[in-house]
Amino acid sequence: MQNSFEDIMEKLDNHELWDFPGGVFPAERKTLSNQTPIGKLAIPARLYVTVKQHIGVEGQIIVDVGQKVLKGQALTKSMNPFAVPIHAPTSGEIAAIHKHVSAHPSGFPELTIEISSDQEDRWTKLFPQIDYQNQPTMQVLTAICDAGISGMGGAGFPTHIKSSPKKDIDFLIINGIECEPYITSDDRLMREHAWQIRQGIDILCHLLKPKHVLIGIEHNKPEAIEALQVACRENTNYRVCIIPTKYPAGGEKQLIQVLTNREVPAQGLPVDVGVIMHNVGTCFAIADAIFSGKPLIERVVTVTGEAVENPGNMWALIGTPVSDLLAHCNYKQTGQNRPNIIMGGPMMGFSVTSDLVPVVKTTNCILAPTDNEIAGNNEQPCIRCSACADVCPASLLPQQLFWHSKAKELDKAQDYNLFDCIECGACAYVCPSEIPLVHYYRIAKSEIRVEQEDKQKSDKARERFEKREARLIAEQQARDEKHRLAAQARKQAMASNGNTAKDKIAAALARAKAKKQNASIVNEKPIDPTEVTLADKSVQEVKTDESNTSTKAASSNQRVQAAITRAKAKKAAAEVTITQTELKNKINTGQIIENKREIKHQGNDVKFASKQASEVKMKDQADVNHSLHTADVSPQPQKQVITDSKQLKITTAVAKAKAKHEAQKIANSQDVPNPVPAAKVNSPQTNISVEPAKTQEQQIDMKKRRIAAAVAKAKAKKSAQIEATSKKDKPS
Amino acid sequence: MSLSFAILTALLAIGLLALFFGVVLGFAAVKFKVESDPLVEQIDQILPQTQCGQCGYPGCKPYAEAIANGDEINKCPPGGDITIKKLADLMGVEPKSLDAAHGQEDIKKIAYIREDECIGCTKCIQACPVDAILGAAKQMHTVIADECTGCDLCVDPCPVDCIDMLPVANSSSSWRWDIDAIPIKQIV
Repeated sequence: MQNSFEDIMEKLDNHELWDFPGGVFPAERKTLSNQTPIGKLAIPARLYVTVKQHIGVEGQIIVDVGQKVLKGQALTKSMNPFAVPIHAPTSGEIAAIHKHVSAHPSGFPELTIEISSDQEDRWTKLFPQIDYQNQPTMQVLTAICDAGISGMGGAGFPTHIKSSPKKDIDFLIINGIECEPYITSDDRLMREHAWQIRQGIDILCHLLKPKHVLIGIEHNKPEAIEALQVACRENTNYRVCIIPTKYPAGGEKQLIQVLTNREVPAQGLPVDVGVIMHNVGTCFAIADAIFSGKPLIERVVTVTGEAVENPGNMWALIGTPVSDLLAHCNYKQTGQNRPNIIMGGPMMGFSVTSDLVPVVKTTNCILAPTDNEIAGNNEQPCIRCSACADVCPASLLPQQLFWHSKAKELDKAQDYNLFDCIECGACAYVCPSEIPLVHYYRIAKSEIRVEQEDKQKSDKARERFEKREARLIAEQQARDEKHRLAAQARKQAMASNGNTAKDKIAAALARAKAKKQNASIVNEKPIDPTEVTLADKSVQEVKTDESNTSTKAASSNQRVQAAITRAKAKKAAAEVTITQTELKNKINTGQIIENKREIKHQGNDVKFASKQASEVKMKDQADVNHSLHTADVSPQPQKQVITDSKQLKITTAVAKAKAKHEAQKIANSQDVPNPVPAAKVNSPQTNISVEPAKTQEQQIDMKKRRIAAAVAKAKAKKSAQIEATSKKDKPS
Repeated sequence: MSLSFAILTALLAIGLLALFFGVVLGFAAVKFKVESDPLVEQIDQILPQTQCGQCGYPGCKPYAEAIANGDEINKCPPGGDITIKKLADLMGVEPKSLDAAHGQEDIKKIAYIREDECIGCTKCIQACPVDAILGAAKQMHTVIADECTGCDLCVDPCPVDCIDMLPVANSSSSWRWDIDAIPIKQIV
C-alpha cells in the first residue's frame, strides 16, 4: 500500500525524508567546475545536429543541402506524437545531410544535418505565448513539442508526452539533484537562472495540476538551494527539499523513494504512483519556449577533468563538436597516456570515439580526466564479498546478475530482474576486484533486446511462411479443381460429340449404301447411247499409245516449267538468307536504329520474296492453265496433266513455305537478342516522341546493351554450370 | 471355500477397478485429445525460421517434426550454437557442435537485388519462402529488407546473378555494448 498524500506532506513538514537502499559516496569533485559563471562559447564554424536525439522516432527532414536557415528554424517535422523536431542552432547554410559519428557509446554514424554557420546568428521569427494560462492545454503542449524539448536529464523522453498524463498527479518533482561526480551544469543553471526555472515549473503546474511541487536538491549545493528558495518564496505550493548527498539519489525511482517512499513498479512509470518528474534543465527550456518562443537549441555543458586547464560550464549550441568545447577550455593531453574523453559523468558516461562527436540535448558533461583520476582496468575474479549487493539502489543481486550475464545465461539473468538495473555503476564502484559489472549488464541487456527482436522477426517469418504455404496449397487445389472440371466438361463434350459422330458415321454409311444402290440401279438402267459412246471413247483414247506419247510430251513440258519455278524460288530464298546474315552482322555492331530500318527493308524484301513466290505461283497456275489448254487440244491426258499441276502446286507451296520460313528466321534473328524490347522499344518510341530522339536512342541503346549483357551473363552461367556438372561427372 | 471366495472377490474388485479406469481413461483420451504434437511446436519456436532448408528439410516446421521423431539437433546453421543449446535443453540430450555437412554458422545477412541488372524474371519471387521479394514479370524486383530471413534461396535461381547477400548493417539500436567501462578511483 503506497503512502497517502497526507502522510507524505506531514513528514515533509517535519523536514523528514525517507531513504533508498544502498548507494555510494564517491568523490564529488564538483568544485573543479562550479566556481565560475556559465561561459559563452563562440559559434562553431560547423555544427552537427543529429536527427534523432531522444527516445522515440525521428522526424522527417524538411530542409535541403545548400538551403539557408535561420537560428531556431525547424529542420525536421513529424506527425508521430513520439517525435520532437530539431532546430537550426544558428543561422547559416545546410552544408550536408549525411551520416556522422553520433553521441552514442558505439559511435556508429547516424543521420546528421551539418550546418556551416554564417556567424551572424540571425533568429527566425519567434512566437511566444506569454498568456499561456488563457490558452488551451493542447496549444501549450504543442508549443512545447514544437520547441523540440525532450528530457534533459538523461533518457531524453519527449516532454510533451510526459506532460499530458491520463492520471491525477499528487507530486510534480523537479530533479535538481545532479548526484554524479564532476557534473555541475544543473547546479550553475539553478544558481544563475532560478527565476526562469520557476517560470518553467509554473507552466508545468498549469499543464499537470499537481497537488504539490517538490524541488529536490542535494545538500552539497547550498547556493542553488538558496536561489530556488528565493525564487519560489511566493508559491506556498512549491517546496524545496534538501536531499542528503548520496549517489544515485538523482535516479528517478530513487528520488521518488526518498521524497515519497513510493516505489515505482518494475516496468512501470512514475505516473503509476502519482508522480511526474522533470529535470531543472527541462523546466528552463520550457520557460524559454513559452515566454520567448525559443526552441531548444543550446544547453549548459560542464567541461571538466584535470586534463583541461580551464574547467567550467558553457552554453553550448546543440551540435557543437566536442573538440570546440575542449579547445575553448584548453584541453591538454599531458596527463593522459592516450586521449580519453568521456561524455556524461564518470559513473554512467561513455568514452567518445571521435572529437567530432556533437553535443546533443542530453549531453550534460564532457569529462577529460587524467590517468590518475581514472582507475585502470584490472579485472580480478569475483570473491563473492557481496559488497555490490549492499550498495545496489534497486535491491538487486549484482553478483548473480554478473555470473549469469557473463555465462550468457540470459534467461536466468532476467529471472534476477536484470531489466530493473538502472546502470548507476554503484556496484562496479565498490567492487574490490574492479569488475566492470555494469558493462556486463549492458552487454546482457543488449543481447536480450537483440534476441527479442530476432524472436519477433522469426515469428513474423513463420507466419509469412505458413501463409505462403497455405496460399500455394489453395492455388494448387484451385488449379486441380479447374483441371478436373475442364476434364469433366471435355469428357461430357466427347460423350455427346461421340454420339453425333457415331450418327454421322452411320449416316455416311447409309449414304454410301444409297449411292451404291443408285449406281447399281444406274448400271441396271437401260443404257443411254451417248453416254456409253463417250465412256467407251475415253477408255479407248486413254488406252491408245498415241495419246500416251502426247501426254508424255505435255508432262515433260510441264516438268521443265516446274523446275524453272523451283529454281526461281530457291534463288529468292538464297537472297533472303544473304540479307539475313547481313542483318545479323549489323545487329552485332549494335547499330540498332539503323538495323531497324534494315529490318524494315528486310521485311520489304521478304514481302518481295513472298510476292515473287506468289507470282511464281500465279505463273505456275497460268502455266497449268496453259497446259490444261494444250491438254484440251489433245483431249485425252487430263488425268496426268492434273497430277502435274498438282506437283507444281506442291513445289510452289514448298517455295512459299521456305520463303516464309526465312522471313520468320529474320524476324527471329531480330527478336532473339531481345524478345521483350521488340515490343518495349516500339511503345516508348510512339509515346515519347516529344523527347529528343538522341536521348531516346541512347536509352534504347543502353537498354539493349544491358539486356544483351544479361543474356550473355545468363549464357555464361549456363555454360559454367554445364562445365561444372561435366567436371563433376568426370571424376565419378 | 472362504479362500476361493476371497480370491474371487479380490479378482472381481480389481477387475471392476480396471474396467472403471479403462472407461475413464478412454473417455479422457477422446475428450481431451491434443491435436498436434506440442513438442513439435516447442521445437519450432526455438528454430530461427529462416526456412532456408540447409537442414535438408523443406522449412523449419518439417525439421522440427524430424527432431521430435529423433533426428539430430545440430543441423541448423542459421541458429548456430545457441539454438543447439536450447534444443538440447528441451530434448534432454547433450548439446553437440554444428554438423559441418549442413553448413557453417555465418553472420546475419539479407538479400539485396542490384536493381539495374534485374531482368524481371520472377524466379527469385517463386523461390522466396517468406514472400519477401516484391516485383512482377518484366518489372524490376526488390527485397523487403525487414522481411528477409537471409535464407539464400533466391540467389541460385537468378539467371543474371544480380542478388547479393549483404551483412546486416550495424546500427546503434542493434549494437551490443562492448566498450571499456569507466571505473572511477577515489582520490583523497
